[in-house]
Amino acid sequence: MSAETIEKTIEKKPAEALFSKRRKKLVSDPLVDDNPITIQVLGICSALAVTTQMKPTLVMAISVIFVVVMSNLTISLMRNTIPSRVRIIVQLAVVATLVTLVSEVLKAFAYDMYKELSVFVGLIITNCIVMGRLEAFALGNKPYDSILDGFGSALGYSWIILAVAFFRELWGSGAVFGIPVFEYVSSLFGPDFKLATNGLMVSPVGAFIILGLIIWVQRTKTGYVEH
Amino acid sequence: MDLFNLGIRSIFIDNMIFAYFLGMCSFLAVSKKVSTAIGLGAAVIFVLTVTVPVNWLLNEFVLKEGALSWVNGELATVDLSFLRFIMFIAIIAAMVQLVEMVVEKFAPALYGALGIFLPLIAVNCAILGGSLFMAQRDYTLAEASVYGFGSGTGFCLAIVALAAIREKLKYSHVPNGLKGLGITMLLTGLMGLAFMSFMGIDL
Repeated sequence: MSAETIEKTIEKKPAEALFSKRRKKLVSDPLVDDNPITIQVLGICSALAVTTQMKPTLVMAISVIFVVVMSNLTISLMRNTIPSRVRIIVQLAVVATLVTLVSEVLKAFAYDMYKELSVFVGLIITNCIVMGRLEAFALGNKPYDSILDGFGSALGYSWIILAVAFFRELWGSGAVFGIPVFEYVSSLFGPDFKLATNGLMVSPVGAFIILGLIIWVQRTKTGYVEH
Repeated sequence: MDLFNLGIRSIFIDNMIFAYFLGMCSFLAVSKKVSTAIGLGAAVIFVLTVTVPVNWLLNEFVLKEGALSWVNGELATVDLSFLRFIMFIAIIAAMVQLVEMVVEKFAPALYGALGIFLPLIAVNCAILGGSLFMAQRDYTLAEASVYGFGSGTGFCLAIVALAAIREKLKYSHVPNGLKGLGITMLLTGLMGLAFMSFMGIDL
């Protein structure tokens, strides 16, 4: 038997490209058309409380991306060994371990941020996006696809909370990432001119209203109608 | 703090929904009908009232720094508080399971009403949030019990009120993009504005 024929028998159907069209869709779909917050109504719980400023929001977004991707990967690797009766407990244990990891890292390297986020880091455990992706995707798909799916969903979540935080910090404290934008703009127009900030934006009410408006704009663009 | 004041505070001022955004997922998903909202609200009150004191015991005697000193003097320096998340969520999941079985056995009618909501509650942010706030604020056992009951009642009040408004909303003309989630968020904002007036109460 020549080497060529051996090669041919080993050769299986061509492997799917690393970034095939289907895989790109896994990442891009949750960004707009199937956004976890604005379309699926998931993960609003821990999202709004941290959005008074951009900085903690960014930390929160990164933490959520880490937890969703890693838990999707872990559960996907174990998917064939988990008995379906106890899967919720297994999922909770995996997610809680990852969140504990995030919280300990924050405590060690960014203590101020840890204090500021307080209980909301812990509440990533009960973030519906995490459990939702585990239940709906990771339990039935291969590890690499699960990573992409988790990454896409977490990104969709991240840009929405960053958008909410942008408007809340801008109108609530007149700043973006702690840089006093309002002060600077006011100084351009002479000493008597002052851009006013609105305390309502810092309060929870501001978050609800901003998110409501973002949902309105986003759904009008995508043409999604809820019945 | 006076227990009565703490109760009032946790129901109205530090409301789970309007002040901390906890439990939003089920708040938005299960508020289409008043009757189901009452069922979920009752289940949340029940589970919070049970889990917050139980987690208090766990925190006080196992997890806190030096909490293990009752076992052995040498363990007085052990700090297990990094295990808080995983232990709390385990207790909550176990208590929910237990409560479900007890209710099914002794109060079948109540089980019929609460049944489908109980498993959902294990992953409700408000439940875990209640326990984490309890640990962060160093409540006593009595305070923890009152806080658990009060914050559950606050959640119940909010979800029933929202469901009542949404039932009426069915007959109004809402712009297409705002239908459902959008208008509900704006409504929640307006309700939060109303609840902010309670902040004026001097407790």
